[in-house]
Amino acid sequence: MAESVVNADGPDGQHGGGDATRRDFIHIAAGAAAAGAGVMVAWPLINQMNPAADTLALASIEFDVTKVQEGQQVVIKWQGKPVFVRYRTPAELKKVIDEGAVGSPAQTDAERTKPGHEKYLVVIGSCTHLGCVPTFNAGDYGGWFCPCHGSHYDASGRIRKGPAPLNLIVPNYEYLSDTRVKIG
Amino acid sequence: MSDHESTYVPKTAVERWMDTRLPIIRFGMDYANLPTPKNLNYWWTFGGILALCLMTQIITGIVLAMHYTPHVDLAFASVERIMRDVNGGWLIRYVHANGASMFFVAVYLHMLRGLYYGSYKAPREMIWIVGCVIFFLMIATAFLGYVLPWGQMSFWGAEVITNLIGAIPVVGEPILVWLRGGPAIDNATLNRFFSLHYLLPFVIAGCVVLHLWALHAAGQNNPVGILIPKDRQKKDMLPFHPYFTVKDGFAIILFLILFAVFVFYNPNALGHADNYIPANPLQTPAHIVPEWYMLPFYAILRAIPDKFGGVVAMFAAIGVLFVLPWLDTSKVRSMRYRPTMKTFFIIFLFVCFGLGWCGAQLPDAPVVPGMPSFNLIDGQLNSYLWLTRLFTAYYFVFFLVLMPLIGLREKPLPIPATISEPVLPSTAAEKA
Repeated sequence: MAESVVNADGPDGQHGGGDATRRDFIHIAAGAAAAGAGVMVAWPLINQMNPAADTLALASIEFDVTKVQEGQQVVIKWQGKPVFVRYRTPAELKKVIDEGAVGSPAQTDAERTKPGHEKYLVVIGSCTHLGCVPTFNAGDYGGWFCPCHGSHYDASGRIRKGPAPLNLIVPNYEYLSDTRVKIG
Repeated sequence: MSDHESTYVPKTAVERWMDTRLPIIRFGMDYANLPTPKNLNYWWTFGGILALCLMTQIITGIVLAMHYTPHVDLAFASVERIMRDVNGGWLIRYVHANGASMFFVAVYLHMLRGLYYGSYKAPREMIWIVGCVIFFLMIATAFLGYVLPWGQMSFWGAEVITNLIGAIPVVGEPILVWLRGGPAIDNATLNRFFSLHYLLPFVIAGCVVLHLWALHAAGQNNPVGILIPKDRQKKDMLPFHPYFTVKDGFAIILFLILFAVFVFYNPNALGHADNYIPANPLQTPAHIVPEWYMLPFYAILRAIPDKFGGVVAMFAAIGVLFVLPWLDTSKVRSMRYRPTMKTFFIIFLFVCFGLGWCGAQLPDAPVVPGMPSFNLIDGQLNSYLWLTRLFTAYYFVFFLVLMPLIGLREKPLPIPATISEPVLPSTAAEKA
């Protein structure tokens, strides 16, 4: 902008063209203030799209795992997403433990469950490919099969075959008592 | 043409008063008198048809919004109420829903016209680029609108498409939460999709004005693809009105007949039955498919064995259109005079249909039932997955390899000096 400034030379002409003047300073300061104000206006408009307080308030739920029968799963809705709580049979459990660390990232079954509660698997029931709900007890690995694009998960929810890039996500959860689990 | 002089003379006092203050009548009259190449064929009538489509969608959309409720608990029921209780609501909704399909039929033909006759080449690059922007906005608008009835396909379509953003490394997950307004597709998502679905058509309308402005500045292409010499303009051009308004009007009537056949006789032919099941976040439909007009891009998405790679390929399939003017090296516009390119263009046409067909199939399903096959990389060779990959490869090779190479190597047929020559072969000799 400095080129377009009409040089407000004093009568003595001592403010030469190339030197920074007070006017240049005002231009830069005003420009910087305008840019700052622009960001301050834009931020609330962007931030309003983030999850609202009531959405975030639904962050945790409690669940009684005795509702799940051996060899079955219960689907609970948490934060709008399905959560699978699966009570694995001894045969299924033995198989996934014996396989060691597999999947993506390679994990052992112990890394995906809580000590003392290995028979229960808690995962978010959303295929890590494009978010479909995988079908229970289907696919080549006896875990889940995603009907949309053919991802196969084992009974530990680890991705074994197909386009999904990651294992089924284990949410943050803890056992409040022997049978009561708090998710979130 | 750009050097088209205004011939408008304001006749009444009101027109004279307006002309010095806001010369909008002059603008309209100039457009009506715009010199237009006289050899335009019926592929050129889709511009008018598209204008009609956009107006239809905006008008029916505005009235549908008067009855629709963008809330997860009420959206599905409000659409059913429109169908059953609102006066003529069934008609307005079917016109809007089928109108979207008709819009895409017309826009694809309009784009293929541009591709075949080289309408994207200098000096018309900006017409083409603005057109690509409109196409991209149309896809976005159609997707947002498809989500609004909150049926099973709506919900899971939104789930799958927003998940594509999550494929972006590092920042994908936070952006995904920001876009959805929560950890999953929910009321916040539906609300904002409704807001944006209402907004974007007006953005499209703004881009259409730019599209026409650019057209006005650069002048229309024509099936011969030559620039009309200045001294031939009187002979080779006709005013837009009445010659092309009438011609476009005839094409619009034929188009409306097709439109009416869908609306009145088979309004759900292009939809999916699963969308009459209310959205259920805990149950995925067995087979999620987009609307027919997205199928080729959906097929490209599935062709790549990597999640992020698939997303990149899908966006690249649209993005490559933007740089088309610089990929085509040929000096000749119309493929009428480019025999080699024409052949590859016809293959490209089949490939586009093929991609659409593959997009509607289960990726693992065999193409030839019962034929023995073997595994290649991560899929059976005899599967739609591999057929899609073949087509996807051709799609990109056509734009990125064939266009630049053929333009340099091909020997085009002799090009006529004027458009009158091929139109009127008997008179061309005596006038030339």
